[in-house]
Amino acid sequence: MTCEEIRSLLSPYADGELDLVRNLEIERHLSECPACAGAVERTRSLSARLGDPALYRKPPAHLHRRVRVSLRQAGGARGRPVALPWGWLGVAAAAAALVAIVLWGALQSRPISSRDELLEREVVAAHVRSVMLPSHLLDKESSDQHTVKPWFIGKVDVVPEVKDLAPQGFPLSGGRLEYIDDRPAAALVYTRAKHVINVFIWRTAEKDRPPEFLNRQGYHLIRWTDKERMFWVISDLNEKELREFAELLQR
Amino acid sequence: MRDPRRERFDQAILPHLAAAYNLARWLTRNAHDAEDVVQEAYLRAYQFFDGFHGGDGRAWLLRIVRNTCYTWLEKNRPREPAVAFDETQHGTERNEAGPEAPLLAHEDREMLRRALEELPTEFRETIVLREMEGLSYKEIAAVSGIPVGTVMSRLARARERLQECLAAREREES
Repeated sequence: MTCEEIRSLLSPYADGELDLVRNLEIERHLSECPACAGAVERTRSLSARLGDPALYRKPPAHLHRRVRVSLRQAGGARGRPVALPWGWLGVAAAAAALVAIVLWGALQSRPISSRDELLEREVVAAHVRSVMLPSHLLDKESSDQHTVKPWFIGKVDVVPEVKDLAPQGFPLSGGRLEYIDDRPAAALVYTRAKHVINVFIWRTAEKDRPPEFLNRQGYHLIRWTDKERMFWVISDLNEKELREFAELLQR
Repeated sequence: MRDPRRERFDQAILPHLAAAYNLARWLTRNAHDAEDVVQEAYLRAYQFFDGFHGGDGRAWLLRIVRNTCYTWLEKNRPREPAVAFDETQHGTERNEAGPEAPLLAHEDREMLRRALEELPTEFRETIVLREMEGLSYKEIAAVSGIPVGTVMSRLARARERLQECLAAREREES
């Protein structure tokens, strides 16, 4: 075989993708031709460089959660896959939400304040997910407010004020990036006597709303809107102490 | 109550999120866009999960990711910027004294990253699937929807371009 003929086969040869017969022919040629042997060596060396693990882009920590949340929403209220319109992300999510509203409305048989109640369910789901596995609770583990707050920069629209409430008996555990209402939200994790308290904060265009206490699926929730930030506090902690906690946040 | 279909999907397909992200990141060349594409690809994968009959979940998912990337690129970047590759350099000029294969320093890696990003998208796709995912030519053909012969020629040409691009940069810097 001539060098020209060999050259076009060197790439698949280097990859071990040629049949035995051609492999042997090429090896015979390479043993006598330093130029072609050099070309194979260069291909292998380039492959080695391309295999550098630093070139393999790793996904951000929250992507896994974001995908799981998105799959759950697509599953519909009963967990069955729903036919989605072939729009881009926003349309797909809106369609899934619409289906969830309609199905849920049928189950409830009363008029829905759809948006609020959908949000409540999402907040509960986010809280439950976070406490089910210890590894899922925190993206940034730290009891220092000055470490947790900057971690959110660039990840959420409004970087939350993170308060140190350890003196009052509510130590900070850390922060996490959540996805609620189809957008990134900051999750601050506090504890009180083994009860996890999640505080979800995200930017909203809605006007201010005073605190409202809710009981949902065995959890206590307190929500309010203040200066274009939506706050949701959720825990299985008792009502009295949770209200106390919420008041401390609002000061 | 856990949906068994979702359980099977989570076990077979969710573990390949890293591969999905890496491919999307190299094809879209943007971390934010790659995230969006991965989310969309997973939604489609779940929708089409009945068509997955066991076997290599990663290759099955990467096919969907790859297609989602191209759809996304068409929609969001209808005209790919012209590749900064000087055609007059192509052909007879070869740098016979090629680079050794050292442990990669940061600058070396950066040079390689830039060279990769300058490749035409299809070439970059084939390089990523071969060199980073270790897929065989047959698997690459299935993921990319092209014949094996095209995989072979794309890889050879992509490697040629990368080597020439790197050699040109090295000349510039010396």
